[in-house]
Amino acid sequence: MQDSGSEHTLSTEALDLPARQTRLQEFWAQLRKNRLALIGLVIFVLFFIVAVTGMVLTTGTSPQLDSSLVRLQEKLRPPLSRPNLKSLQADEVPVLGIYLLGTDELGRDVFARMLQGAWVSLTVGFVAVGIAVLIGIILGGLSGYYGHSPVRVAQVFIAVLVVLVVTNWSRLSFKTLAVLISITVALAVFLLFSRKKEFGGPLFLLNTQLFSVDMLITGLIDIMLCFPSFFLILTVVALLPASIYNIMIVIGLTSWMGAARFVRAEFLSLREQDFVTAARALGVSDWRIIFRHMVPNAIAPVLVSATIGIAGAILTEAGLSFLGFGVPPPHATWGNILSDGKNYLFDAPWLTIIPGVAILVVVLSFNLFGEGLRDILNPKLRERH
Amino acid sequence: MKEDSSGNNVILKVQGLKKYFPVRRGVLQRVIGWIMAVDGVDLELSGGKTLGLVGESGCGKSTLARLILKLVEPDAGNIFFRGEEITGLSRVEMKPYRRFMQIIFQDPFGSLNPRMTVGQSIEEGLRAVGVGSLEQRRRRVVELLEMVGIPALAAQRYPHEFSGGQRQRIGIARALSVDPELIICDEPVSALDVSIQAQILNLLRSLQEGLGLTYIFIAHDLHVVEYVSDNVAIMYLGHIMEYGPAEVVYSQHLHPYSSALLEAAPVPDPSAKRSWTPLAGDVPSPFNPPPGCKFQNRCPLVEDRCRKGEITLYEVNGAHRVRCWKVLGR
Ligand SMILES: Nc1ncnc2c1ncn2[C@@H]1O[C@H](COP(=O)(O)OP(=O)(O)OP(=O)(O)O)[C@@H](O)[C@H]1O
Ligand code: SF4
Ligand SMILES: [Mg+2]
Repeated sequence: MQDSGSEHTLSTEALDLPARQTRLQEFWAQLRKNRLALIGLVIFVLFFIVAVTGMVLTTGTSPQLDSSLVRLQEKLRPPLSRPNLKSLQADEVPVLGIYLLGTDELGRDVFARMLQGAWVSLTVGFVAVGIAVLIGIILGGLSGYYGHSPVRVAQVFIAVLVVLVVTNWSRLSFKTLAVLISITVALAVFLLFSRKKEFGGPLFLLNTQLFSVDMLITGLIDIMLCFPSFFLILTVVALLPASIYNIMIVIGLTSWMGAARFVRAEFLSLREQDFVTAARALGVSDWRIIFRHMVPNAIAPVLVSATIGIAGAILTEAGLSFLGFGVPPPHATWGNILSDGKNYLFDAPWLTIIPGVAILVVVLSFNLFGEGLRDILNPKLRERH
Repeated sequence: MKEDSSGNNVILKVQGLKKYFPVRRGVLQRVIGWIMAVDGVDLELSGGKTLGLVGESGCGKSTLARLILKLVEPDAGNIFFRGEEITGLSRVEMKPYRRFMQIIFQDPFGSLNPRMTVGQSIEEGLRAVGVGSLEQRRRRVVELLEMVGIPALAAQRYPHEFSGGQRQRIGIARALSVDPELIICDEPVSALDVSIQAQILNLLRSLQEGLGLTYIFIAHDLHVVEYVSDNVAIMYLGHIMEYGPAEVVYSQHLHPYSSALLEAAPVPDPSAKRSWTPLAGDVPSPFNPPPGCKFQNRCPLVEDRCRKGEITLYEVNGAHRVRCWKVLGR
C-alpha cells in the first residue's frame, strides 16, 4: 500500500476525450438526417416570417395591405387577376396592382386577409400552448415532486375558505369577512403546530389525511380528459365575449393535461435518479433541484407535445372561427375566411381552397417537426431512420 | 495506513434503525402490508476505517445508506454523528451536517446530470456549502479533478463524453467537494470492468489515506469487500446477521447465512459475474416476513425456536457479533 498515494494518477484509463460536439451541433446533425422533420421546420420558419410580416403590413392607421377594404364592384375576382382601375379610387388599388389571391364576396383582398389571419393563427397557437405548457409544468411538477405529501382536512378547509373570500371579496359584509379570515388563520396555525402530534375528537378529524397532492392532480387531469375538449371550448367561448384573447386562454386552459402528464412522469422517474440524490446529499435546495436538475431533463417530451399542441390550437381556432365563435368578424382569420368562402364554393373555389390548404400545410408542418423532435430527443428511437 | 487514524474515535453511531415502506393497493391506496427494508440496525463506525456492507439484492443496503444520510426519514432508531444526534433534525437543521457525509453511486450513467457540465456538477457542492467567489470555486474544481485523476479541461465537458470509469471518478470528485469525513460507497465498482474496478478501488484507498476518510463500502463482491474493509457487516432482509473485523468474519464466521455466502463464493475469476444465490429456499422478500429469525426458511440448521420471538445480536468475543442463538451453544 506504500505506493498507492501516486498510483491513481499513473494508472488512469486513457483520457483522450472525443472531439467536442455541442448539443446544438448534435441536434442539427440528427435533424439533417430526418428529412420530414426538416421540411416541417422549414415550413414552420416560413410561416413564422409570413405571419410577422403580415402583422406588420396589415396593422396601423395606414396599412400597406388593408384587409378590411370593401370594393363591392370588384367582388369574387379569381387569384392573379388585375383590378379594374377605372372603377377604383387611387387608394383602393391593391399593393402590387394585382389581386394575388383574388377577392372575396365583398371585394376584400384575400392576400391581405390571409396575411392577417396568419398572425392570428401564430399567436393563438403559441400563446394557448404557452399557457397550457406553463400550467402543465406547474401541476405536473407539483404532482411528481411533492406527490406523496398528503393533503389534510384542515388544508382543504383553508383552500375552500380562501377561494370563498377571494371570489366574494366585494359582496361579503365586513363581519363575515373577518370571521372567515380568522378561521383561515386559526386553521393555518393549527397546521403549523400539528405535524407530528396526535389529537383526539374533532381536532383529529382536522388532522386526518384525505388524499395526496398527486391523487388530487391526477384526478383533475382525468376529469379534464373526460370532456370532449372542442365542445367544452365551444361552450365556454359561447358564454364569453368574443375576443382573440379569450380564445387563447380557453384553449390554453383546456389543453394542459398532456404536458402535465409528461412532466409528472418525468419528475417521478427523475426524483429517483442518483444525481438528484447526490444533490440532496450535498444540501442543494429544493428550488435548485427542481429548476436546475429536473426541469431541464424533463423538458424534452414537453417540447414535443407543445409543438404538436400548437398545431392542435391552430386547428381549434380555425374550427371556432369557422363555426362563428372565433375572432369577431372585421378581423380576418383563416377560419372565418374559410367559413365565408364556403357559400361560394362553386363560384369562387379559391376562397375555400386557399385557407384550407394553408391550415393543412401549417398544421402538418408542426406535426412533422414535433414528431421529428421526439425521435431526435429520444435516443432510443434514433437509430430507426 | 489504518494506524494513523486516531485510535477509536467513533464518527457514526446507529441504534435500532428501522425503515418500513408501506405497500399500497387499490383505488384508495390502502396500506396492505409493509416492506421491512431496514429492521433494527445497530452500527458503530470509527474514523478513518472502512465498514464493508454485504448482502443479497434487496436486503436494504441502499436504504440503510439513505437513512444514514438523512435522505429518508427513519421510522425508528437514532443516528449520531460525532456524538450529536441528527435523527430528528429538520431539513434546515440538517444542512450543516450534510457536508460531512457524502455518497458515491453504482451507476456511473445515472449519477451525473446529463445537462450539466462536469464543472457545474462538482461546483454545486461548493455552492451549497457557500464557497465564496466563482474564481475560488473554479480553482477548487480543478484541484478536485486532479485529485481523482481527470484533466482540468474536463470541467467544460458534459458527462456523455466520458467513460464509465471516468464518470465514477467525477462522482468521487463531487462527493469530495465539500470535504466530507464519511463517504458511503454504494456499490461503486459493480458496474465497471474488472481492470477499471481495481483503479477505482486504489483511488478510493489512496484518498482515504490522504484525507483520513471513513467509508461505508457496500458491495456484492465478497473479495472486493475483503480487500477494502476493516470491519464487515453481513445483512439479510433488513437485519445485520453478522458483524466483526474483516479477518474474523471471513475466516471464523459463525452465522449459517455467512457460511452459505462465504463458502459458496467462487474463487476470483475475472470473467465470472459473482451474484451468489447458492442457498436453498425461496428468494427472500422483505414484504411481511414471518416472526423469528429472518433466515429461517433457508437455514439448514433451523429449529422450532427459530420461529418464535426476536433473535438478537449475540456478542461472541470483542467486536464479533452474530444474530443466531446457536452461537451460544458453542
Ligand atoms: N422508496 C421505496 N418505496 C418502497 N419500497 C422501497 C423503497 N426503496 C426501497 N424499497 C424496498 O426496500 C427493499 C430494500 O431495498 P434496497 O434498495 O435498500 O436494497 P439493496 O440492498 O440496496 O439492493 P441492491 O443490492 O439491489 O441495491 C427492497 O425490497 C425495495 O423494493
Ligand atoms: S436463528 Fe435459527 S434459523 Fe436463524 S440462522 Fe440461527 S439456526 Fe438458522
Ligand atoms: Mg442498492
